[in-house]
Amino acid sequence: MILKPIISPVDAAGWIKDGDSVMIGGFMDCGSPHTLISALKEQGTKNLTLICNDTAVHDFKTERIIGIAHLVKNKQFKKIIASHIGANQETQRQMNAGETVVELVPQGTLAEQIRAGGSGLGGILTPTGIGTEIAIGKQIIHVNKIPFLLEIPIKANVALIKAKKADKAGNLVYNGTARNFNPLMATAATIVIAEVEEIVEIGEINPNDVHTPSIFIDYLVKTEQI
Amino acid sequence: MEYIANKEIIVKRIAKMFKDADVVNLGIGLPTMVENFISPDINIILQSENGMMGIGVEPSKGNEDKDITDSGGMPATIRTGGCFFDSSVSFGIIRGGHVDYSVLGVLEVDQEGNLANYKVPGKMVPGMGGAMDLTIGARVVIAATLHFQPSGVSRLKRLCTLPLTASNQVNIVVTDLGVFEVFDKKFHLTECFAPYTPEWILEHTDADIIVSENCQTKTII
Repeated sequence: MILKPIISPVDAAGWIKDGDSVMIGGFMDCGSPHTLISALKEQGTKNLTLICNDTAVHDFKTERIIGIAHLVKNKQFKKIIASHIGANQETQRQMNAGETVVELVPQGTLAEQIRAGGSGLGGILTPTGIGTEIAIGKQIIHVNKIPFLLEIPIKANVALIKAKKADKAGNLVYNGTARNFNPLMATAATIVIAEVEEIVEIGEINPNDVHTPSIFIDYLVKTEQI
Repeated sequence: MEYIANKEIIVKRIAKMFKDADVVNLGIGLPTMVENFISPDINIILQSENGMMGIGVEPSKGNEDKDITDSGGMPATIRTGGCFFDSSVSFGIIRGGHVDYSVLGVLEVDQEGNLANYKVPGKMVPGMGGAMDLTIGARVVIAATLHFQPSGVSRLKRLCTLPLTASNQVNIVVTDLGVFEVFDKKFHLTECFAPYTPEWILEHTDADIIVSENCQTKTII
């Protein structure tokens, strides 16, 4: 098996250039690659397009900031594609002030758009959003007389994902609900960097237990920050 | 008669709607409270859209697992026999009609079964999260809401004025006044919670409500 390079968080962030689109895994911080997020914050790259489920938590009152919210606060995104920004007041502020473009997408649609991007599909047909603002400007296709929205694939330059464990080939195992968008994003970016808590020898993960096949992964980074 | 808002009556009544083996998704806020009132004799399966089937009780302090959370991102546990999956599978379960009941909160709900619960333009734009998929996909959509806004205006409408979460998908509305089934572009009052009467409800709700022939007045305990 081919061994995947195990790189530093700084080198990982180096793959992200000004203007890139970046997928970041996690659901309200659970299953987010915190070490990679910190490195990207330090690097300070701007004008990025973020694709994520949500922008985690930024509470103005308590000043609690977690996960992706650090990058939002650092004004690193020109555009954010997400399903939920309700727990991040700074994302809402930037959106309302016209500082950042925010595109809100139904969660199931976002998941399938990413899956389509990674699996060679031309899009997906979903009933979600029919009869709502989401359908405005989108093509409606009837199948057996039922209307569906055509939603197009999403891809990114770089995906930053998080798993519990990797072998040195890059096979991944997730833990609990920290799986969420990570396996989908692993398939849909040109460069995929997986942050993992544990790196084991090839053969130590039973092939039956692999959640994400190694071929999707380009680089491994060891978690320094939970 | 004076109206006194009563959230508990809503969640207690919804908790009685389920039977063994029902797959149920409870939304954030008021719907989450339903869980506390489900009879221990009924075994339902709670689905959490962030990727879990069989969500269990809240973990005790010090026993939280950073990798097990609910759809609000709060620490959770999983029951024996439960399982985890990714977001694509999770929403396949939801859109595919494999969830029996979705219980959602309400800003407005109308007699055509339209639900608005995710956006107040210019004021509150949190994003729809999984609500649009849940509303369109679940077999039965239950809208759980106080009957009136704090201003006294009914949340049950002839037609929603806010942006819709989904169109024509709500099956049942449970408020602190009663249970309303939604079909034929009308609300059908099937249960009325004492001390309110069908006449009082009709008088205070600007929507077409049919009082079902077998509408019962109940005291929810």
